[in-house]
Amino acid sequence: MGQEYQDKLGFPGRYPYTRGVQPTMYRGRLWTMRQYAGFSSAAASNERYRYLLEQGQTGLSVAFDLPTQIGYDSDDSMSLGEVGKVGVAIDTLADMEILFDQIPLDKISTSMTINSPAMVLLAMYIVVAEKQGVSAEQIMGTIQNDILKEYVARGTYIFPPRPSLRLITNIFQWCSANAPKFNTISISGYHIREAGSTAAQEVAFTLANGLTYVQTALDAGLALDDFAPRLAFFFNASSNLLEEVAKFRAARRLWAKLMKERFQAKNPATMMLRFHTQTAGSSLTAQQVDNNIVRVTLQALAAVLGGTQSLHTNSRDEALSLPTEESVRTALRTQQVIAHESGVADTVDPLAGSWYVEQLTDAVEQEALELINRVDEFGGVVACIENGFIAGQIEDAAYQYQQEVESKERLIVGVNAFQTEKETSVPCCGLIQQWRISRYKRWHGSRLSVIRRRYGDALPP
Amino acid sequence: MKAYRVLIAKPGLDGHDRGAKVIARALRDAGFEVIYTGIRRTPDEIAASALQEDVAAVGLSSMSGAHMRLFPAVLEALRKAGVEDIPVLGGGVIPEEDILLLQEDGIASVFTPGTPIATIIEAFTDACQKQHQARNR
Repeated sequence: MGQEYQDKLGFPGRYPYTRGVQPTMYRGRLWTMRQYAGFSSAAASNERYRYLLEQGQTGLSVAFDLPTQIGYDSDDSMSLGEVGKVGVAIDTLADMEILFDQIPLDKISTSMTINSPAMVLLAMYIVVAEKQGVSAEQIMGTIQNDILKEYVARGTYIFPPRPSLRLITNIFQWCSANAPKFNTISISGYHIREAGSTAAQEVAFTLANGLTYVQTALDAGLALDDFAPRLAFFFNASSNLLEEVAKFRAARRLWAKLMKERFQAKNPATMMLRFHTQTAGSSLTAQQVDNNIVRVTLQALAAVLGGTQSLHTNSRDEALSLPTEESVRTALRTQQVIAHESGVADTVDPLAGSWYVEQLTDAVEQEALELINRVDEFGGVVACIENGFIAGQIEDAAYQYQQEVESKERLIVGVNAFQTEKETSVPCCGLIQQWRISRYKRWHGSRLSVIRRRYGDALPP
Repeated sequence: MKAYRVLIAKPGLDGHDRGAKVIARALRDAGFEVIYTGIRRTPDEIAASALQEDVAAVGLSSMSGAHMRLFPAVLEALRKAGVEDIPVLGGGVIPEEDILLLQEDGIASVFTPGTPIATIIEAFTDACQKQHQARNR
């Protein structure tokens, strides 16, 4: 066993965690299959969550609509067209009570994709728990609460960066004392990658954000080992299988080193980068949608070979609309086939030692570290949000990618190569179709004739 | 070719503007003068920008599924502002059946993911030329 192995890789579950955060990884327990979902109203979402729990799911992942995510009421003029669209609308505590009605918050862990108003939604969640007789100490789950990536990628910011960071620190502080089982942040590279970044940029800007949260919390007087073990990460899985595996391994190693070297971390849990993964939505194509099942399979495999703690797989039809129930089931089945049929979960970090994968891991880590150092030279993440450096880097990468597609230097099957004349249309399942029709009826009541031409007798009275 | 001025806008609350920015850059590189509104613009703000900047076309982007409310609302705001002759094009995650309805409402072209940039530039060029000719008849 050479010294280089010890320094660069280490045993699984040991510093620098290149090979994974647990010694046995999926041999001990499979990753959590956590599918993100949310429906128009609190009542409809509650019904779906209870169905999922009856089917044996142990955790929930709540999608909120954009007005809720940006702090608007449903009847605000800014909310036009957005209410209940990308998730559930929560205006009041009463909505939150309906959302978790008959769901025991001492037994179920809840992941909430909420950032700017995270403290409000978390407070509501705690009050709903209290009304059930469950104390804050007992609640389990995660709030995304990662404001920094909102300014450069996802766009649901409300306040400027500096006061937002203070709110986040206050949440860390309150939860470490009162809700110790709750993960107070999910530091997200996912949206940075979706916005067009490269793999190395995804690692760099995500870890740079993480370092900023750590420094802000330390400046506020928090003790590193009180909050750092509850930091979680969220990455993208794109189609370049080996580069993605290298990316996950590089991110783990670089975070461990940064925590040890910059902050003198002692507690192993403080140095472990634990992460959720979602397959790359932007890689899905509207053309030949069945090809997307293959893309999602490759991406999910990359996440598993890279040692993810939990995984969401996208559905094949998401470049067209909200996924049908059948497509969502296939997406979940994709994870189950990888878990139970492929054999990749029978061993730990199976690609370790491959010359190519180790070299790529080193290269991604090196490039990411150089970018983190550049951000530091420019005054840190907040300065680089304000001066546009990070957003500019991501935009340049997005435009370069698109130009490669246009010039066919990069081939996308079914899009700029291997096109077919006649596209097969996606069958629309009953429930979603009815839901869509009811939307049409509301919006286009005066033009029912158009809808009747589209749907004929399928239209309900 | 005449350097047409166009507005790229993000109506609603959706913050996913990768597509809008890529299209803005591609139009710029194709010789257009491009104004990008940034995210979270109301229909009235978009119409006011279109009027004040005297653009030849407006391109809308929405990925959140709000297009059926927001795209027609922008058309209405342009009518109210007295510039209903400015053509409006749109893009995003837009189901096939919505495209028909949007076109009936008066959206000139609708683009879904994977549309070649050349096709989008051609549609903008065409829309701008028609608008220019109609105004200078």
